[in-house]
Amino acid sequence: MICDVCGKKKATVHLTEIVDEQMSELHLCEDCARQKSVQMEQQFGLADLLAGLSDFGKQVKNYEKIKLLCGTCGLNYNDFKKVGRLGCSECYPSFKDNLSTLLKKIHGSNRHLGKTPLTRSKSTKQKMETMIDLKERLQGAIAREDFEQAAELRDKIHSLEKKKEKKE
Amino acid sequence: MNLEDLIHHTGEWLRGTGPNSNIVMSSRIRLARNIEKVPFPSRASKEVLIEILHAIEEAISQIDYFKDSTLYRMSDLDNIDKQFLVERHLMSHEHASHTDGKALLISKEEVLSVMVNEEDHMRIQVMQSGFNLEKTWKIINAIDDKLSKKLRFAFSSNWGYLTACPTNTGTAMRGSVMLHLPALVMTKQINKVLSAIAKLSFASRGFYGEGTQAKGNIYQISNQVSLGHSEEDILQNINGLIRQVIEQEEQARQALLLQNKHMLADKIFRSLGVLKNAHIISSQETIELLSMVRMGIDLGIIDSIDRQVINTLFIMIQPAHLQKIEGKRLTVSARDVKRASVIREKLGGF
Ligand SMILES: [Zn+2]
Ligand SMILES: [Zn+2]
Repeated sequence: MICDVCGKKKATVHLTEIVDEQMSELHLCEDCARQKSVQMEQQFGLADLLAGLSDFGKQVKNYEKIKLLCGTCGLNYNDFKKVGRLGCSECYPSFKDNLSTLLKKIHGSNRHLGKTPLTRSKSTKQKMETMIDLKERLQGAIAREDFEQAAELRDKIHSLEKKKEKKE
Repeated sequence: MNLEDLIHHTGEWLRGTGPNSNIVMSSRIRLARNIEKVPFPSRASKEVLIEILHAIEEAISQIDYFKDSTLYRMSDLDNIDKQFLVERHLMSHEHASHTDGKALLISKEEVLSVMVNEEDHMRIQVMQSGFNLEKTWKIINAIDDKLSKKLRFAFSSNWGYLTACPTNTGTAMRGSVMLHLPALVMTKQINKVLSAIAKLSFASRGFYGEGTQAKGNIYQISNQVSLGHSEEDILQNINGLIRQVIEQEEQARQALLLQNKHMLADKIFRSLGVLKNAHIISSQETIELLSMVRMGIDLGIIDSIDRQVINTLFIMIQPAHLQKIEGKRLTVSARDVKRASVIREKLGGF
């Protein structure tokens, strides 16, 4: 295999690079790999930060004492450090102090200076939550074999769905 | 709108027009948006994902801008269809797997696309041809404003828009510009330019997906930082950086012309010759030759071909496109034959 960068020498270093949301493979000769390393260091620096690898040792000890948990989606901070993805918008207030530090490390700032949503309409989210909530409660009722409540919930869901269809 | 209608259609961003279109192929802005207090897609159940999709569909149905758009549910599409959409830069590779509740909305001219339930509830993308982040921002900002009246977005006054990945928090905006930089590659200055870009916290990557880093001398440059600056500031920073890269590429092109115009013209016309005459051609060879021909057009060495034709070919010669054109699955070697015939037809070859 020939080096992707210089296209001349034999590629001996094989890297998988993830930038933005794209993954790409890079096959480099030793010289080009060395040149590329400055660039890579920055990107890997960020990944380390996210995965918490750089302070992994410390973290494992602390984890026993502090179990940071998001009450809305159930994600705990240690799992976040493994996957690098938060579970819901409420994870932000739940992990406030840790995220504040992390955001500052990533962006060099932890203060938003951009735009704000125009109006904060309640209707859509509430409608959606009601539907999700009703469906979950229905399943709970079925599991408990509480058929009276299950029937009630099913009627409610049907009437909500009918309303939605009418609008569409 | 049918997916089949897109095959022979050239999206707005491939027109080859707009500012600095001799070097800049297109400008793109992407915004990530989530609905408040609802789990992000990776932690949501199938039921919740479908409810999210319904809520977004309902909001979109009330907004004029989306009138001519089509929504495709990922679960309704086969693998070639999904790959076809990835190849057109309308969605990410990740969006093609785990299809529960996932959808893609595409506007008529492919200016706007929205991924529903990818990493975030919504990934809104607007593309324009040429170097034109200002106009791109105007369009996407207006769409975002309309959506924010219908959906309650996850937002904090301290941290801005809240996203699944903290690298997007804040403006949740990624602005990127796609550049064709053959002269910087030929004069071996590209690595210097790319490492300077990385030092300034901007990302660069190739035009095609995985494993094809920077084939065809096409690079996408985008911002990495999304918090602590306004959208306009971030875009201005990208603009400043891109202007410098454009200038470097212009200089490298002039240097190549001065050094040996005949050698350059020879390379360009031989590339065109192969494209017009080949009966079997790999995608890698095609991409390299297309890049040379495009530079020939940009430098006025070739004047018989429209830039749009070359831009369109960059997209059409990819595997899923060839298979959509043929209307059936093709093996790798059958694709090499089909690719050559599509190119000959487009370029008026033999
Ligand atoms: Zn090399
Ligand atoms: Zn959460």
